[in-house]
Amino acid sequence: MSILVIAEHDNVALKPATLNTVTAATQLGEDIAVLVAGHNCGAVAEAAAQVAGVKKVLIADAPHYAHQLAENMAALVVGLASGHTHILAPATAAGKNTLPRVAALLDVAQITDVIKIDSADTFVRPIYAGNVLATVQSKDAVKVMTVRGTAFPAATVTGGSAAIETVAPATDVGVSSFVGQQLTQSDRPELTAARIIVSGGRGMGNGDNFKLLEDVADKLGAAVGASRAAVDAGFVPNDYQVGQTGKVVAPTLYVAVGISGAIQHLAGMKDSKVIVAINKDEEAPIFQVADYGLVADLFAAVPELSKELDKLKAAG
Amino acid sequence: MKILVAVKRVVDYNVKVRAKADGTGVETANVKMSMNPFDEIAVEEAIRLQEAGKAQEIVAISLGVTACQDTIRTALAMGADRGILVETDAELQPLAVAKLLKAAVEKEKPDLVILGKQAIDDDANQTGQMLAALLGWPQGTFASKVELGDGTVNVTREVDGGLETVALKLPALVTADLRLNEPRFVKLPNIMKAKKKPLEVLKPADLGVDIAPRLVTLKVQEPPKRQAGIKVGSVAELVDKLHNEAHVI
Ligand SMILES: Cc1cc2nc3c(=O)[nH]c(=O)nc-3n(C[C@H](O)[C@H](O)[C@H](O)COP(=O)(O)OP(=O)(O)OC[C@H]3O[C@@H](n4cnc5c(N)ncnc54)[C@H](O)[C@@H]3O)c2cc1C
Ligand SMILES: Cc1cc2nc3c(=O)[nH]c(=O)nc-3n(C[C@H](O)[C@H](O)[C@H](O)COP(=O)(O)OP(=O)(O)OC[C@H]3O[C@@H](n4cnc5c(N)ncnc54)[C@H](O)[C@@H]3O)c2cc1C
Repeated sequence: MSILVIAEHDNVALKPATLNTVTAATQLGEDIAVLVAGHNCGAVAEAAAQVAGVKKVLIADAPHYAHQLAENMAALVVGLASGHTHILAPATAAGKNTLPRVAALLDVAQITDVIKIDSADTFVRPIYAGNVLATVQSKDAVKVMTVRGTAFPAATVTGGSAAIETVAPATDVGVSSFVGQQLTQSDRPELTAARIIVSGGRGMGNGDNFKLLEDVADKLGAAVGASRAAVDAGFVPNDYQVGQTGKVVAPTLYVAVGISGAIQHLAGMKDSKVIVAINKDEEAPIFQVADYGLVADLFAAVPELSKELDKLKAAG
Repeated sequence: MKILVAVKRVVDYNVKVRAKADGTGVETANVKMSMNPFDEIAVEEAIRLQEAGKAQEIVAISLGVTACQDTIRTALAMGADRGILVETDAELQPLAVAKLLKAAVEKEKPDLVILGKQAIDDDANQTGQMLAALLGWPQGTFASKVELGDGTVNVTREVDGGLETVALKLPALVTADLRLNEPRFVKLPNIMKAKKKPLEVLKPADLGVDIAPRLVTLKVQEPPKRQAGIKVGSVAELVDKLHNEAHVI
């Protein structure tokens, strides 16, 4: 087994999802290389080399990898594929953008959202919004797959001492270019890495009311998430969306406020350790998965929750 | 400019699917089928480009069983000009779909191909990227905005941290995300009109494509069910339980 993991990063720091993917790789074998492709991304390679279990770090540093566009990333990875039995990336927007392209160029299938590794060629992945789990076996020489972060613990960020090897960049494919980005600025933890998430749905009524949730989130050190309905209505940006077609999260505590609990939403959060639902409709499906349900008007309950958290803190 | 849109027939998003008792697949008998919701968004985007005078012809293509004709007719009723069905009863995995679509692209020579970002049955989120790779075209996946320029298209993409805009040289491929547009409802007279629009039926062999599956589904099962917990009577009780019982705050 020789496993190539594609690191997710912003040229400055390694994204936590990479660590979960490294853990999945360790379940396949010990010969693990991490590819850091970017521009002026030496610090990321250094960080990757420290991650427990990583044997080798490959760094490809060139201006045309600065934004890791799929066209150039795929060309690079395909050039490095030979000799590897598995190519893994986190099942994030970036991983899902690039890996199918790699697989097609290698003429192999791609396996999306792997949540369990049964053997070197057999994997479990959710389909139909996670209502069903499929066990699939790959007949291809190279297994190309994206790994769902919530299904594997993060590898430790220290303890490794991998060698860093420079690889020659592939030629710029030249068909696409980066124009700009609008990233959501927040001091709160990242949704997929947060220990606690407070999410709001259509019941929040408008974007301003999300301040009620942010107040509670800040007292809990939590991230703020949302249902599709809340994002579609423009209450919050797209990167807040939790669900089948948004982010998949599994925090220790998930608080769903004014969210009905559609299957598409549940697909993104039902593996959370403890789920709390606050909804004024006692029939809302969210209560079927909630450990603690509170039937109440959120506009009374959330401010009260904020006060109770203050009391808890004061009591030490 | 010509646009090709891929439309997939899937189990309707309102259906809660169940695994078959023998673990060989999911129950699809007597289940409502619809166009994949992301593909409705893809069709809508193509129509809006046509209405804005930026595209001349829209071709809707589906791959699968005979009943996929219904899906194509829906696209035609929305406003696509003609349809292509690549008919097969065989299981089609994303790589095979991408290869068939590549053959169709070579035949039709569109300037822009639009797909959904993900089909809500298999949730693979692969086909568009694979097709772009096979064609050597640039890709704008998870699109929330598509702006056609002169020989280029700017695509704003939904990424994990927010939004990103890329410029792609045409011909290019786009996959639609939820916020790209709100698909129109089909009006009855248009359904009648759609029946008269041309729909060509091909077989995979006509396109000379090997569609053998690369993945074998060994079994399909339902995940352990989460049990409902308790209802609490007040916010104070909730906080007490979270602190003293669940130990999560
Ligand atoms: C292709 C596709 C993909 C999708 N992907 C996703 C996805 O990734 N994530 C996702 O979340 N959804 C997704 N959806 C949408 C999903 O089907 C639901 O429409 C959506 O989750 C509903 O959001 P909601 O619960 O906020 O809104 P609603 O279903 O409208 O529920 C609002 C809830 O708020 C409660 N409420 C209202 N006012 C108050 C109040 N004052 N106090 C307390 N409670 C109140 C109501 O009782 C209700 O239960 C997808 C749908 C499709 C078709
Ligand atoms: C247990 C199991 C059983 C299966 N059984 C069958 C079966 O009996 N018959 C069968 O045909 N398949 C079967 N499949 C295959 C599966 O349903 C998908 O068709 C295939 O894996 C493609 O994945 P996807 O649609 O999620 O691709 P995605 O990459 O998520 O699709 C993205 C986009 O590609 C386009 N697209 C994808 N497929 C088509 C298509 N066929 N026509 C037009 N556009 C398309 C659409 O625009 C779509 O939005 C089975 C899969 C599993 C796991």
